[in-house]
Amino acid sequence: MSKIDVKMTINGSAVEKSVEPRTLLIHFLREDLDMTGPHIGCDTSHCGACTVDLDGQSVKSCTVFAVQANGADVTTIEGIAAADGTMHALQEAFREHHGLQCGFCTPGMITRAYRLLQDNPNPTDQEIRYGISGNLCRCTGYQNIIKSIKAAAEQLNSVQEAAE
Amino acid sequence: MDAQSNPSTAERVEKLQGLGSCRKRVEDARFTQGKGNYIDDIKLPGMLFGDFVRSSYGHARIKSIDKDAALAVPGVIAILTADDLKPFNLHYMPTLAGDVQAVLADEKVLFQGQEIAFVVAEDRYAAADAVELVEVEYEELPALVDPFKAMNEDAPLLREDIKDKMEGAHGPRKHHNHIFYWDEGDKDGTDKALAESDVVVEELISYPRVHPNPLETCGCVASMDKINGKLTLWGTFQAPHAVRTVVALITPLDEHNIRIISPDIGGGFGNKVGVYPGYICAAAASIVIGVPIKWVEDKIENLTATAFARDYHMTGKIGATKDGIITALDCHVLADHGAFDACADPTKFPAGFFSICTGSYDIPVAHCGVDGVYTNKAPGGVAYRCSFRVTEAAYMIERMIDVLARKLEMDPAELRMKNFIKKDQFPYTSALGWEYDSGDYHAAMEKALDTVDYKTLRTEQAESRGAFERGETRSLMGVGVAFFTEIVGAGPVKNCDILGLGMFDSCEIRIHPTGSATARLGTISQGQGHATTFAQILATEIGLPAENITVEEGDTDTAPYGLGTYGSRSTPVAGAAAAMAGRKIRAKAQMIAAYLLEVHDDDVEWDIDRFQVKGNPEKFKTMQEICFAAYNQAIPGLEPGLEAVSYYDPPNMTYPFGAYICVVDVDVDTGVVDIRRFYALDDCGTRINPMVIEGQVHGGLTEALAIAMGQEIAYDDMGNVKGGSLMDYFLPTAVETPEWETDHTTTPSPHHPIGAKGVGESPNVGGVPAFSNAVNDAFAHLGLTHTQMPHDHWRVWKTAQSLGITG
Repeated sequence: MSKIDVKMTINGSAVEKSVEPRTLLIHFLREDLDMTGPHIGCDTSHCGACTVDLDGQSVKSCTVFAVQANGADVTTIEGIAAADGTMHALQEAFREHHGLQCGFCTPGMITRAYRLLQDNPNPTDQEIRYGISGNLCRCTGYQNIIKSIKAAAEQLNSVQEAAE
Repeated sequence: MDAQSNPSTAERVEKLQGLGSCRKRVEDARFTQGKGNYIDDIKLPGMLFGDFVRSSYGHARIKSIDKDAALAVPGVIAILTADDLKPFNLHYMPTLAGDVQAVLADEKVLFQGQEIAFVVAEDRYAAADAVELVEVEYEELPALVDPFKAMNEDAPLLREDIKDKMEGAHGPRKHHNHIFYWDEGDKDGTDKALAESDVVVEELISYPRVHPNPLETCGCVASMDKINGKLTLWGTFQAPHAVRTVVALITPLDEHNIRIISPDIGGGFGNKVGVYPGYICAAAASIVIGVPIKWVEDKIENLTATAFARDYHMTGKIGATKDGIITALDCHVLADHGAFDACADPTKFPAGFFSICTGSYDIPVAHCGVDGVYTNKAPGGVAYRCSFRVTEAAYMIERMIDVLARKLEMDPAELRMKNFIKKDQFPYTSALGWEYDSGDYHAAMEKALDTVDYKTLRTEQAESRGAFERGETRSLMGVGVAFFTEIVGAGPVKNCDILGLGMFDSCEIRIHPTGSATARLGTISQGQGHATTFAQILATEIGLPAENITVEEGDTDTAPYGLGTYGSRSTPVAGAAAAMAGRKIRAKAQMIAAYLLEVHDDDVEWDIDRFQVKGNPEKFKTMQEICFAAYNQAIPGLEPGLEAVSYYDPPNMTYPFGAYICVVDVDVDTGVVDIRRFYALDDCGTRINPMVIEGQVHGGLTEALAIAMGQEIAYDDMGNVKGGSLMDYFLPTAVETPEWETDHTTTPSPHHPIGAKGVGESPNVGGVPAFSNAVNDAFAHLGLTHTQMPHDHWRVWKTAQSLGITG
């Protein structure tokens, strides 16, 4: 099958590759670029384990072709921490509040929460519940995920306030 | 001395992060950064991909398989069918239940989604293309879907491969679709007691077919090294050593030339106990082709072809005096096992531990019997976050108690309290033969009722029913009470084995000279956090900080033999092995300390992280000092080094219990059930890490919510799966999931080295009846005794409609 050249920025680095037009973004990330943080849970865009950030929006990368991401700015779980390796407040909070168990949904969940908190820096519990409803978790019952996201929001806001 | 060099007792305990500490998980750093290593993350040079051609039909004869078009797809290397596996005798494989299962369908398909051909290609896209192009010609046969019709005279013959084998793995088969009949207890005595009871209630309680549905599907990577003759198989295995032994039994490879590795596992919940055709095909293809083969199923394949759970249709009969003292229990189960009996139960228990069905009650005489049958459905019968049919048993008895309470016009909580096994009766031998190790049911129930203010809830319910009758509300309030006793930690080798392998477990500890340790166990975490909690057990036992103890599992080349993680057995069995191995370390450390302190072994005593001279605690040697001494001192009479291994055969199961209360509001016009409140009190004995326990309870309750309120793998009359994707199979999101309230009492197990009982599965076992009892309770005053799960909107609305109360 003929291939198409794609260029995109992934976690701050420019990437250029040739892909089959039918290649899904999740397979492009995982197979071609060895970024195995985003996972494949369902193949039917229900579970959200493959969530990445694409031009400032959460998308399920199992439902996006790599060619559709041509020219886009993509952030995956691998790019959430600071460049010096300092963990993001969400990553710290998920550990602190036991917001994960098997860890399979976690990259998608954190990547989704990363966007949610930029869209709504002070979400209520209910807003978090709706905000992550595209991401399924089988282990935690969500309660500690919500606690983690709230704690991260508070942490990020206090850093923001201190800076202002 | 300053505080730093002479820490207080509390500081020393704190530093260990041992038993009872809410230690943060060591697993999390890699998972939160996307650095987990799950099966689909494994990539080996030259690796090929496998994919299945699956049956479109529930029951059909395969007339022909044409591979030509598929083989012409660029990148396709090979396509295996049953005929290719026959020369190696690999077209069938043994199941854990003593049956055989087709690896690739041989002449006939018996369920939709059954594996027919295994395509091997250079990448997953080419494999998927080829799967589409394999042409299978079928002759459709009548599908058997209803287990109640399985043993009809005119029922179609499903298993032609065993049609003449009327002696099954568990005794005689009475029909060509019959698998076994198994029973326990005193049938005549039970019948007599029921006949003499003031009150007898009977109800058919069905527990639908559901699927554990971990977020990560099943898969493996098989890599045959032809130079040294060794097969390495990475896979989503809940029991890696058992898989190694199975592979050794069914292939020409010797067991020392097989290495099984379970990498990070994205949830198991029982689904990853089974041995699936994908593993065999990938291994066979790697052995033949000589390159690594990856097979990872997608979610639809996972839901339709790998192991289901439940599908138990239970007719309970319970008798009581008019004052509500239970006199007898009988239960007959029709168990739908699908096309092959691939149940994952200890060998001698074809119906698992279903005979725990007398629950938490002092029932003088009881009997239960289970008939297993074949149908045109996927094989399985795994314990979905429960211990071998315990959740079915708990659901049956907890629903029956409510049904009896209605009949007696007695409050269901009061009826339970009246019949509980009393604290002073433990250890208690049930009418069906189990020895319950410990419990204090009355205290747990009283705490639960007080915390939720049960009396006020009932008063409110009575008022709301009045308001409903007066037309002031369209909502009915339900209060569900459930009290469960689990039986976990399989189990004593004397009666528990799988494929002849005793269900002990193991731990090996190597202490390093500078005061750290590596521990390896025969279990495998799938999210439970073993690397965190087993290190806590060891920290308390050997006095080294948990952060200095690495816990490794899942590699059969390094870990001692164990039977794996399922049935809440890790803490009761491997956790005990860890404690016992730790005690061996400490026993040798005591001798080293005595030598260093120049006193007799008996003149030193253990204190948190050190041995000190009795009566002179200022004279001591810390474990860190002892560790170094083990490697640099020539101690007379002692071998150098500090290592230990323990294989722990538990003397008994453990019996966690709990009291759950659920409050719901049912909208009778829409069938929507709003979970207003859910309170869960668990008693799992000694608590290793309260944070992890709470997380386990939250997760288990959410699975119970899913099962009770929406999950079902349903089939139509033709044998088509109706719930085969996440579009149709209910998984709650954060929106449907309520807030959970957790609580506990602590009744340590008297026979477990640290008193722990296991907790992972309790919330599933207790949660399902609590939800179901709440929904049933909402309608109880209208004469409803029982309505079947799942209590989704449509079914609840149907129930309301049948009672004539819909708008």
